[in-house]
Amino acid sequence: MRQVIRVASWIYALAVYGFIFLPVVVLVLFSLQSTSFPIPPFTGPSLRWYDAVLSDARLTSALLNSLLVAVLSSATAVTLGFLSAWGFARFVLPGSGLLRGLITLPLTVSYLIIGMGLLVLFNWGGVPKSLLAAGIGHVVINLPLCFAIIYSQMGDHQINIERAARDLGAPEWKVLLLITVPVMAPAIFAGFFLSMTFSWDEFVISFLLTRFDTTLPVEIWNLLRSGLNPKTNAVGSLVFAVSIVLVVLFELTLLRRRKP
Amino acid sequence: MSTAENNGRPWPRAGRALPRAGRTLPWVLVTPALGWTLLFFVLPFAAMGLSSLTAHEGGGFTLSNYSQFFTNPSYWQAMVNSLQVTVIVTVVSVLLAYPFAWILAEQVPERWQRLALMLAVLPFWTSYVVRSYSWLLVLAQNGVINRALTGSGLISEPLQLANTRLATATGFVHFFVMLLTLTIFANLKQLSPSYRKAAADLGAGPVRTFLHVILPLTLPGIMVGAFLTFVLCIGDYITPQILGGNNELLMPQLVMMQIGRRGDFPLASALSIILMAVVTVAYLACARWLKIERA
Amino acid sequence: MTAPLVDIRGVSHRFGQLAVLKNVSLRIEPGSYTILLGPSGSGKTTLLSILGGFVTPSEGKVFIRGEDCTSVPPAKRPTTTVFQDYALFPHMSVGGNVGFGLRMQGVDGTRRAAKAREALALVGLASAFDKKPHQLSGGQRQRVALARALVIEPAVLLLDEPLGALDLKLRRQMQDELKAIQKRVGTAFIHVTHDQEEAMALADHCVVMNDGRIEDEGPPERVYARPATRFSATFMGESTILAGTVMKATNGAITVSTPAGAILLPGPQPAGTSIALAIRPEYLRLGETKGDIALGSAKVSDVVFQGSFKRVLATSALDPALQFIAKAPASTTVQAGDTVVVSCNADDIIQLAD
Repeated sequence: MRQVIRVASWIYALAVYGFIFLPVVVLVLFSLQSTSFPIPPFTGPSLRWYDAVLSDARLTSALLNSLLVAVLSSATAVTLGFLSAWGFARFVLPGSGLLRGLITLPLTVSYLIIGMGLLVLFNWGGVPKSLLAAGIGHVVINLPLCFAIIYSQMGDHQINIERAARDLGAPEWKVLLLITVPVMAPAIFAGFFLSMTFSWDEFVISFLLTRFDTTLPVEIWNLLRSGLNPKTNAVGSLVFAVSIVLVVLFELTLLRRRKP
Repeated sequence: MSTAENNGRPWPRAGRALPRAGRTLPWVLVTPALGWTLLFFVLPFAAMGLSSLTAHEGGGFTLSNYSQFFTNPSYWQAMVNSLQVTVIVTVVSVLLAYPFAWILAEQVPERWQRLALMLAVLPFWTSYVVRSYSWLLVLAQNGVINRALTGSGLISEPLQLANTRLATATGFVHFFVMLLTLTIFANLKQLSPSYRKAAADLGAGPVRTFLHVILPLTLPGIMVGAFLTFVLCIGDYITPQILGGNNELLMPQLVMMQIGRRGDFPLASALSIILMAVVTVAYLACARWLKIERA
Repeated sequence: MTAPLVDIRGVSHRFGQLAVLKNVSLRIEPGSYTILLGPSGSGKTTLLSILGGFVTPSEGKVFIRGEDCTSVPPAKRPTTTVFQDYALFPHMSVGGNVGFGLRMQGVDGTRRAAKAREALALVGLASAFDKKPHQLSGGQRQRVALARALVIEPAVLLLDEPLGALDLKLRRQMQDELKAIQKRVGTAFIHVTHDQEEAMALADHCVVMNDGRIEDEGPPERVYARPATRFSATFMGESTILAGTVMKATNGAITVSTPAGAILLPGPQPAGTSIALAIRPEYLRLGETKGDIALGSAKVSDVVFQGSFKRVLATSALDPALQFIAKAPASTTVQAGDTVVVSCNADDIIQLAD
């Protein structure tokens, strides 16, 4: 019986792994295609499509735009999230539960609707479509995430640590800089990197709120209109690589937090 | 005994510990985040609500954006399609992910588990535009699957796989199997091993232990994961647009179409609000299984 | 008579509707070791928080060294606190932790390190200077917390259940060390605990608290031998309690009617007063060795061997509601089911303010 379960498990697990990796393998493999169609038979390996991506000014500028939006919006989200988490965790505020609920509310609404709302508002307010508008949207989706991560890590033990610092004579700003931020650093980094990956990947808000200068997922979307193309494979593989780096960084900060 | 000392909080919160700073500092800390949420989430939502009640032509008050949804069969059909696809995807994803997560948690040796899990969710992190595009490569007329099938002589004519509901569902299931594996795995690992030992000790075999102990204990986690799948799936535009094509429309596609082709913000707003209402109803329907922890 | 180091005058505190401290007054002498003893919910931790400046009391005043400190923030008052969970800064070395208070005072790096080393040597951890808190054991963290609080030379050191997280053996060992350190530095320590053994071992001055009030205070020997109230008699060690009424009062002597019979005691109370009498287990006599007051016979319900003695529980034959708790020598042959004669000496009976 146990043996049967074991063998069946292996077969099942391999099948699921196969299903999960099939598209990624196909994507990366045919990014190395030397002919113009990313379909069998494989004719590579060749780096010509990576060359084509890197010499495509639209794609490279979209990549830089994406990084810029991701870094700035994540930094904003994590700063606002940290400050509010600190405020809510340390002080008694009237209606605290309700206000915390308000901050985390955007987590329950789909990106499409958040993007739609901003589009309607900006349209009325005469705010032009731009990277800034998309960045604002990215902060809206990532702020609740950063808040939730950091708030959940601010336990009573941390409260006592800050009390001890105050007791030993530290003024409020020194408590913040010397104690709270370093102690919360893993949660702050985790929030930042997770926001980075979400912003880096985000499509629909950027699609709705940008026009000429746009982010990479939107640019890839534009590329898709020309049908199957190894260049899309190449840029897709690059995006995947960047995401993996971000995820690994995230894992490492998480591991570092678990160690002590 | 219910004094402040007994509530697991040995020292009272610092509300009065900072007599001067205590009044303004907390508000200085929380106001930026609250302001951002009000300005860029609540206000846009209100704008959308207002917009949904104005006429596209002329701008006067109207309920026609909502009534159109109920009277125009193609709009109504998009909602039906969305619900069908979402329910199918949710059920299939849970059924595929649960055994997989169970194998990772129970059959894979402890020291390889972290790696096995990381591998299992690695493609989760590809951009989702790219992920759907990858499936197009696999499912296209002359893509990997059709080439493999014709090459081996199983079929003579390539199958129509891309631009179908099947393709949309495949793309979704791929994503949600990873997401659910992650949540169910976490759930299984949280169970104390003593449950299993106790059940075995009381004479239950592996199958009965699973059915009577493990499954009921992980059910709440599955419900949370399934609900997340439902919400994310019904609101996604990319996957059906790339993989399903325009043969049949899902709600997000319908919404985007109003903006893209016709610039009809009021109708798009109304359709978005209807979509949100459906999600809310779904939430209320299964709220008692969803004991989502307050963060 | 010098002024007291700490003078708490009529302090009350409420959390919302809940009164946790009710008009508490307390004086603390320089160089003393004071224990605040009580069950959880008695208000002892809140009183400590008020002393440390973490809570401003609803009413009353706190004077430290003659100055009104009632609403002075923690940083600005001459107290430091050792927290129950130690609250060491996890990202700083042990040396960094101990030097933190001096750093806040603007003391330069070299002097800071020297003083931190000195303080660590005082608690027997000189070698841990460069370690991180998570590399230390519970007992060692406790010492670091102590050194960190002592290095800035507070007038009063506040300890919130400092030994609560340690196992029993380590607790007894740290207890002795705490006392030794306190003697060496001469700082006044105020220490919160619910462990009466800890209280008796450490305190110069023991303050028993219950339900937001001070029930009893004084040297631990006195508080144990002559508890002022029924609560402190039962919380600080065990007692057999006899509830009674004064029958007759003549020339400073009273006759008290109790479930175990009439007892003649010295006392000023008029006839008709309700009174409670307590007898410590070691003063109850079982069997032939009779004391001068007979308490009737009792049926032994349980005998528990405790190493150096046996704890005997017996139910009075006169009143089944009356439970005797006695401490008998380990060699005693009394068994459950035996009937024994119980007695004691008049001197060993404690009169409690009920």
